[in-house]
Amino acid sequence: MDKAGAADTLTGGPRRGRVRVRGERGGAPLPLLVPALIGLAFLVLPLVALLIRAPWRSMPDLLTSSEVWQALQLSLLCATAATAVSLVIGVPLAWLLARVEFPGRGLVRALVTLPLVLPPVVGGVALLMALGRNGVVGRWLDDWFGVTLPFTTAGVVVAEAFVAMPFLVISVEGTLRAADPRYEEAATTLGASRFTAFRRVTLPLIAPGIAAGAVLAWARALGEFGATITFAGNFPGRTQTMPLAVYLALQNDPEAAIALSLVLLAVSIAVLAGLRDRWMTAS
Amino acid sequence: MTRSVRRTRRMLKVTGAGAAALLALSACSSSDSDSAKTSDSSASASASDKLSGEVTVFAAASLKESFTTLGKEFEKEHPGTKVTFSFGGSDALAASITGGAPADVFASASPKTMKIVTDAGDAAGTPATFVRNQLEIATLPGNPDKIASLKDLAKSDLKVVLCDKTVPCGAAAEKAIEASKLKLTPVSYEEDVKSALNKVVLKEADAAVVYKTDVKAAGDKVEGVEFPESADAINDYPITVLKESQNSDAAKAFIALVQSADGQKVLSEAGFLQP
Repeated sequence: MDKAGAADTLTGGPRRGRVRVRGERGGAPLPLLVPALIGLAFLVLPLVALLIRAPWRSMPDLLTSSEVWQALQLSLLCATAATAVSLVIGVPLAWLLARVEFPGRGLVRALVTLPLVLPPVVGGVALLMALGRNGVVGRWLDDWFGVTLPFTTAGVVVAEAFVAMPFLVISVEGTLRAADPRYEEAATTLGASRFTAFRRVTLPLIAPGIAAGAVLAWARALGEFGATITFAGNFPGRTQTMPLAVYLALQNDPEAAIALSLVLLAVSIAVLAGLRDRWMTAS
Repeated sequence: MTRSVRRTRRMLKVTGAGAAALLALSACSSSDSDSAKTSDSSASASASDKLSGEVTVFAAASLKESFTTLGKEFEKEHPGTKVTFSFGGSDALAASITGGAPADVFASASPKTMKIVTDAGDAAGTPATFVRNQLEIATLPGNPDKIASLKDLAKSDLKVVLCDKTVPCGAAAEKAIEASKLKLTPVSYEEDVKSALNKVVLKEADAAVVYKTDVKAAGDKVEGVEFPESADAINDYPITVLKESQNSDAAKAFIALVQSADGQKVLSEAGFLQP
């Protein structure tokens, strides 16, 4: 019973009920309804236009070309890898921000979320300065391990993780703040170490928030363009993800660009819709 | 995306130039007739005498330095005018022109891109070739990898970047490489010539095949290596007034300046070849 109640809250059940009540009182007021519909049209119309202008007849040929498959596979692989990276280092970071008091925490939080508002191309340049062959850290990576990230698939993952991880951190941190810390405290007073308490109590508690953050991060990574082309370059099969393929196709084959955009759109919608309920809990 | 950064930088520059022009205007508004004597260099401009207003020029990224100089010269010769530039990949520019972008002049890095605009019926008159550009290899300063020919780029341990074949510099590079029967595997196909060059400027790549003019514009940040195969892939740069131009007199005057002896001097100093 308890569980059902929780699920209801998570899917926004009660809220929907409230809207219905207000609806019975005489519908949405016009000054709200009109801008709301304009807003809806503004967001949906461009996507509908893609559908209308899509070259349906040549679609099968365009989509079965090996280059498109390569780009799509690489996109899915890199977005997933970037999400995994974000999970491994982003969740602990979110925990640190939410649970540990330390001087300058506000500043650290601001720095962590900076990539959210930074133009991606600036992120790409910053990554080059840090991890490029001639970069602050990249120089040592090259000298000591012979590792250079630019122009490699790993570089794509790095660029995508840089841009996408803040979405996960923000989402997880928010969930952690909302979760009651007394459960963890109880666990530690019963003899569990702080890490065990985190693993056995906190993690299951915030799992929906982590899932929500991971989906957001994955979707952001899938659409990443600026940092990727700046940091990792563009080589089919190695660093050319779907957004890059779309951009370059637009230069001389707009129809192909539309077709590629549709694929990316379909994949994104499928994922967001499939995980909608969990995603909703993010807010 | 790099483009937007460039655009902001350019906007700043343009705003600066605009402010300077305004200052100059307000300073000598009483002696406006004086400006007539400066219009000796462009014959067609003196015909329509009083030029004013804004001229929007869409030009290939490789023309950035020389056209910025020419724009300032134009504003000086015709007080009251303001030249605004949009530099970018020729194909992207052509796409925005056919998509209805408000531009007066289009200068493209290849006839193929210009054809997109003329085919769409967006050009007024026939485009004229005003310069030509040749490819060159850009290497790190001092040429540490001892690159002397196109063949050297095929060495496996070199990181080489090319332009994507969808943009003119990439199409030209492909032609040159084909002509030399080489098999060249770059690490990246960049979206325009400037980003290809920048990978060498930032020392992330060892070499890039770019235009002579870009090597020159980068100064001592890169070193240029000429290669004979580039003769097989010289790009013609056509320029035209656009049909939708709101200021076609000024647009024609700007093109006249580009084609004049003064304009050609600026362009050949930048490394362009005479048509």
